Amino acid sequence: MFSDMVTARYYEERLQEEYLEGKQPAFDISAGPIPGELHLAAGHEAAAAGVCQHLRDDDTVTAPHRPHHVAIAKGVDLDRMTAEIFGRRTGLCKGKGGHMHLFDPDVNFACSGIIAQGCPPAVGAAMAAKKRGTDGVAVAYLGEGAIDQGGFLESLNLASVHDLPVVFVVEDNDWAISMPKERVTDVKNGAQRADGFDMPGVRVDYNDAVAVYEAAAEAVGRARAGNGPTLLEVQVHRHMGHFMGDAEAYRPDDEVERLKRLDPIDRLADRLRAEGVDEERLGELRAAAERRVEDAIAFAKEQPEPDPEEAYDDVFADPPEPAAKPGTAAADGGGDE
Amino acid sequence: MATTEPEPVAERDLTMSRAMVEAVATEMRENDEVFVMGEDVADYGGIFDSTQGLLDEFGRDRVMDVPISETAFIGAAVGSAQAGMRPIAELMFVDFFGVCMDQIYNQMAKNAYMSGGAVNVPMVLTTAVGGTYSDAGQHSQTLYGTFAHLPGMKVVVPSTAYDAKGLMHSAIRDDDPVVYMFHKRLMGLGWMPAPPGPKTPVPEEAYEIPFGEADVKREGDDATVVTLGLHVHRALEAAAELADDGVEAEVIDLRTLVPLDTETVVESVRKTGRLVVVDEDYRSFGVTGEIVARAAEGALSDLEAVERLAIPDVPIPYARPLEEEVNPATEDIAAAVRRTQG
Repeated sequence: MFSDMVTARYYEERLQEEYLEGKQPAFDISAGPIPGELHLAAGHEAAAAGVCQHLRDDDTVTAPHRPHHVAIAKGVDLDRMTAEIFGRRTGLCKGKGGHMHLFDPDVNFACSGIIAQGCPPAVGAAMAAKKRGTDGVAVAYLGEGAIDQGGFLESLNLASVHDLPVVFVVEDNDWAISMPKERVTDVKNGAQRADGFDMPGVRVDYNDAVAVYEAAAEAVGRARAGNGPTLLEVQVHRHMGHFMGDAEAYRPDDEVERLKRLDPIDRLADRLRAEGVDEERLGELRAAAERRVEDAIAFAKEQPEPDPEEAYDDVFADPPEPAAKPGTAAADGGGDE
Repeated sequence: MATTEPEPVAERDLTMSRAMVEAVATEMRENDEVFVMGEDVADYGGIFDSTQGLLDEFGRDRVMDVPISETAFIGAAVGSAQAGMRPIAELMFVDFFGVCMDQIYNQMAKNAYMSGGAVNVPMVLTTAVGGTYSDAGQHSQTLYGTFAHLPGMKVVVPSTAYDAKGLMHSAIRDDDPVVYMFHKRLMGLGWMPAPPGPKTPVPEEAYEIPFGEADVKREGDDATVVTLGLHVHRALEAAAELADDGVEAEVIDLRTLVPLDTETVVESVRKTGRLVVVDEDYRSFGVTGEIVARAAEGALSDLEAVERLAIPDVPIPYARPLEEEVNPATEDIAAAVRRTQG
C-alpha cells in the first residue's frame, strides 16, 4: 500500500515536470511533450491504494478523468500507461486516448473523461461476474463533484436492486473544479446517498489510508460474498489544481499548505514506523518507486509517435469493407481500379 | 440650439470571450430576467472565460454555479424560459451533451412545436467546441451538425469578436432556444493562444447580427469556400496563399447554421462553379453534406467541382500527429481548392 502511494505521488510530481516542459514561461496547453489537459491526483493516493489492495487482476475498476493513482494501485502496466500519456504508438491505447482514457484489459482497468460515466460500466462488469458465477468484483471511482449525476445515482439503484458486486468509491476532495462541496450539495456526508438505495454507505474521514483499507476490506468482501454493493466516500485532498494550468484563484491561499500537513503518505509512514518498519526500509521502498517511475518515463520517451494514418484504425473491431480512408475514392465506392 | 454631432462610435479590439461577456452583461443590465447558470461560471468566470467578471457585477443570484447535473440545470433553464425568463445555461464542453440530451432535444427544442406554439423557450445554451490541443475524443468535438440536425434549435457559431457580441445580443433577445457554440481556440485564452483573426474591433454599444446571414469574408471568382468557426481563419489563410498563385477563393463564414443562409452560398457557387466545404465536425451526415446538397438544389448546373474537408468519421484522437491528421489544416484547404481548378 505504501509502495503504491509513493509511486503514485512521485509519478504525479514527475508528470507535472514533464508536462510543464515547453509550456513555460507562457503556458500553452497544446505545447510540450504532454499536450492537452492533465489532471493529477497528488493527495488522493489513500483512496486508490486502500481499496485496490483488496482487488485481483480479474476484478474491474473504472476511474474518472483523474486516474493515475488508481491505475497504479490496480496494477496497470506503468510503461505503456506512460507511453499513452506521452501520445506514443506503444501506449495502452496507441496514442488515441491520452491520460483521461486509459484502458488496460489485462487488469480490467478503464477510465473516462466524463465524470460519473464510469459507474454504469462498472455495474455492467459486476453483472457479468454475477451471471457467470465468478466472485469477481467491480469498483467505480468518482469524485464528489460527480455524485449529483444521474449516471451515478442510477447506477446505485441498479446495483442495489440486483445485488451486484460493486463498490462505489467517492473521492471527496471538496472541490469540483472551482465549486466547493458546500455550494453544490446540502449533504455533507456523501455516503448518505446510499440510504436512498438501501445499501451500506460508509464515509472515511481524514484521508487515512489504513482506515480506507479497513473499510474497503468489508465492502469488497461483502461484494465478493454475493451480498451486494457498498458506497464508500473517502476524504482526500487535492494538492494541485483541477488541471495543470489551473490558477486556483478561487481557493483560499493557505488551504493547500494546510492540507499538505495532513499528507496521507507521511501519516502512513508514521504508522509503519510505529509498527516497527525502519527508516531504511521506507527509504528502499521510496527509491524503488522512484526508479520504477523514472524507467516508465524513459521508456515512454523512447517510443515512436503514431503514424498519422493510424488515425483511421480501430473505429470498429470489425471494420466494414472497404477499410479505406474516408474521403478517398475507395471509401466512397467510386474507386476506378 | 446647437445641434450635437453623433458621437463617434467607440471601438476597441476585444478577444472573442470579452465580446461575448460584454453582450451578456449589457443584456443583464437591461433585463432583470436574464441570468446565467452553469459549472464554474461564477468564481472561475467560465473555464473558457465565457462569463469572466459577471459574478462581481451581478452576484450569485444571477450568476449561478450549479452542481454537475446537466440534466437538472439545463432542464431548469428550459423551465424558467417557459416561465418567461431569459436564462443562459452553459454546457462546459459540447461533448458533455450526452448526459443531458433529453432536456436539450426532447424538451428545449420541441416544446414550442409540440405545444402548437402555446409555449416558447427563450434561452441560450452556450457551449465550448473544438479541438487542436490534444484533448481527445470526449473534449474536442464540435458537433455542429448534431445540433443543427435536430429541429427546434437555432444554432450559431461566431468566428470573430465582432460576431460573438452581435450574435449573443441576438441570441438573448430571440424568442427561441439558441445554441451558441464558441470555439475554444478562438476565445483568446491566455493558455490556448488564438490564431490572428478572431480578435477584432468591437463597438461599445449593443448591436445584433441577424440569424441566417452568412458573412462573405473574402471575395473571389475561382472557388467558393464555405466554412465556420475556427476554419474561417484557416480558410482565409489558405485563400491568401492561393491568391499568390492567382487563384481567387471566395470565403464564406456561415455564422449561423440554423437558420442557414442558403442564398449567399448558392449565389457564390453560381459565380465560381467550384465549391469547397470545410468543417471541424464529422464528415458524414453533417454540415459539409448539407451545404453540398443545398448548392446542388440551388445551382446544380453551375457546379463543376465539389470538395469537402471534415473530420473523417473517427473520434478525435489524442496524440498530436493523429489529431493533426484528422483536423483539416490550412494546407488541406488550399490543396482542395486547387483540386477544383481543373
